[in-house]
Amino acid sequence: MKARPIVAINNISMKYQSTEGEVAALKNVSLDIFQGEFVSIVGPSGCGKSTLLNIIAGLIAPSSGEVLIKDKKVSGPTIMVGYMPQTDQLFGWRNIWKNVVLGLEIQNKKTEANINFAQKLLRDYGLIDFKHKYPSQLSGGMRQRVALIRTLATNPDILLLDEAFSALDYQTRLVVSDEVKQIIEKENKTAILVTHDLSEAISMANKVVVLSKRPGTVKNIYQINLTCNSHTPLGCREAPEFREYFNKIWKELDVHA
Amino acid sequence: MPENKLEPSISIEHAAYLKSKKLYHWKVLGTQIILLIGFVVLWEIAGRMGWIDPFITSQPSRIWKTLVNLHNEGTLYYHIGITVLETVVGFVSGTIIGTLFAIYLWWSDFAAEVLDPYLVILNALPKIALGPILIVWIGNGSTAIIAMALLISLVVTILGVYSGFSQVDSDMIKLLKTFGATKVQILQKAILPASVPTIISALKINVGLSWVGVIVGEFLVSKAGLGYLIVYGGQVFKLDLVMTSVIILAIAAAVMYKAVVLLEQLFLKWR
Ligand SMILES: Nc1ncnc2c1ncn2[C@@H]1O[C@H](COP(=O)(O)OP(=O)(O)OP(=O)(O)O)[C@@H](O)[C@H]1O
Ligand SMILES: [Mg+2]
Repeated sequence: MKARPIVAINNISMKYQSTEGEVAALKNVSLDIFQGEFVSIVGPSGCGKSTLLNIIAGLIAPSSGEVLIKDKKVSGPTIMVGYMPQTDQLFGWRNIWKNVVLGLEIQNKKTEANINFAQKLLRDYGLIDFKHKYPSQLSGGMRQRVALIRTLATNPDILLLDEAFSALDYQTRLVVSDEVKQIIEKENKTAILVTHDLSEAISMANKVVVLSKRPGTVKNIYQINLTCNSHTPLGCREAPEFREYFNKIWKELDVHA
Repeated sequence: MPENKLEPSISIEHAAYLKSKKLYHWKVLGTQIILLIGFVVLWEIAGRMGWIDPFITSQPSRIWKTLVNLHNEGTLYYHIGITVLETVVGFVSGTIIGTLFAIYLWWSDFAAEVLDPYLVILNALPKIALGPILIVWIGNGSTAIIAMALLISLVVTILGVYSGFSQVDSDMIKLLKTFGATKVQILQKAILPASVPTIISALKINVGLSWVGVIVGEFLVSKAGLGYLIVYGGQVFKLDLVMTSVIILAIAAAVMYKAVVLLEQLFLKWR
């Protein structure tokens, strides 16, 4: 028996309207994502990747088609989905703890159990000592981890990451994406990552979805199987299959310099 | 970062650097004081030697005498008190009402667009021109003066704070929306706290504007306050009184500005 997808994207099209005309951003996109999967979405700039994430998050409604999360049609933001923007968006006037509980505060869920869970996350991921510090006192990598914990604190099942590491410098980016991947795996979340970095996409994901240029359609889906024993994204870059995937997807993307 | 901890033992170079820095600071301060004293002394001497006519230019010793007289009569503090009160009420209410109005514009894009041309015109209009109208409408008293101060700062505040609201990172708002935040929550958790620096800088501008509004108001109403003393002194050719009032005004304005700067530091300590 085939498992039901946790996220089912059914024939989504999206046209942005403006006085200058309409922009078709997505066209007939269908995609199934299963519990525990880590899916990367790659595609040329402006092909509608962020649009797709925004639709999954319920922030905008598609022109046609529907998204089902756990068999329920998405019609607005739901607590099942957590979103991580490109920059950490920590609130500078709140200390780390206040940032972490922001979601709980908004959802009016500051129960003892949830507070303890947030505490545990901070402790598990080595940030408990920074609880009372302000974001400006933390490094970029730490801030990104705080941002992830803020998202995890409301316990969503699905995480959406829109180029969540692109604001970091290269080395920090490798380390943080490693950590994030491990955290997501450990907390048994489903994740959808939009990225421009093909290596990042392949090394982190079970599945890479390649979108065509605008209007974005699903061009191909790659099931990623890397034989690496370390199981961290960084280690997986050493896997023999890595190059192969990289070259195939690179050609698929059809990037002209 | 400003809060780099000092090493337990300061190196010789660093000590020398700190010393020269301190020395420079004292040099600046010293020059400022000398400049002030020099100006006052020169002014006094010029008057005594007949280089200038103290009847028109006044003189430090005459100003001092006027000050003592006003103090003895007990009217000094009354006039200062009135002007300061009107100014404070003016810029505080200007900032609060302006911010509330900006919230309304943020809340309703439609209202923002409809009102845009009116705000632009009102912003361009020299509000002082409305003084006589205010006096006719509100009456010849403190209320009209405060209204003048309020009016002068209101539109600038609305435009400044509203543009501050619009500049809040859209990703920040998006993040809140994914948590399911309502519009009120977005306002309360992101827009307002993120705009505290904008609101405080509006407050700072409004202090200056409010002084202008109040003094012009007192010129027109001419009943009490430092503006009244200045106008009255001018009319009866008591330049000593005019100069004294102007100096008090300068000090009061500086103190008030400093207070707002302190307030700013208090609010923005997380930076
Ligand atoms: N709010 C909007 N109104 C009108 N057009 C939009 C809007 N948002 C996006 N678009 C257009 O839709 C297309 C897809 O945008 P989107 O941001 O989803 O692309 P993307 O794949 O995330 O791009 P990038 O890789 O640069 O982040 C672009 O051509 C963009 O200009
Ligand atoms: Mg994008």
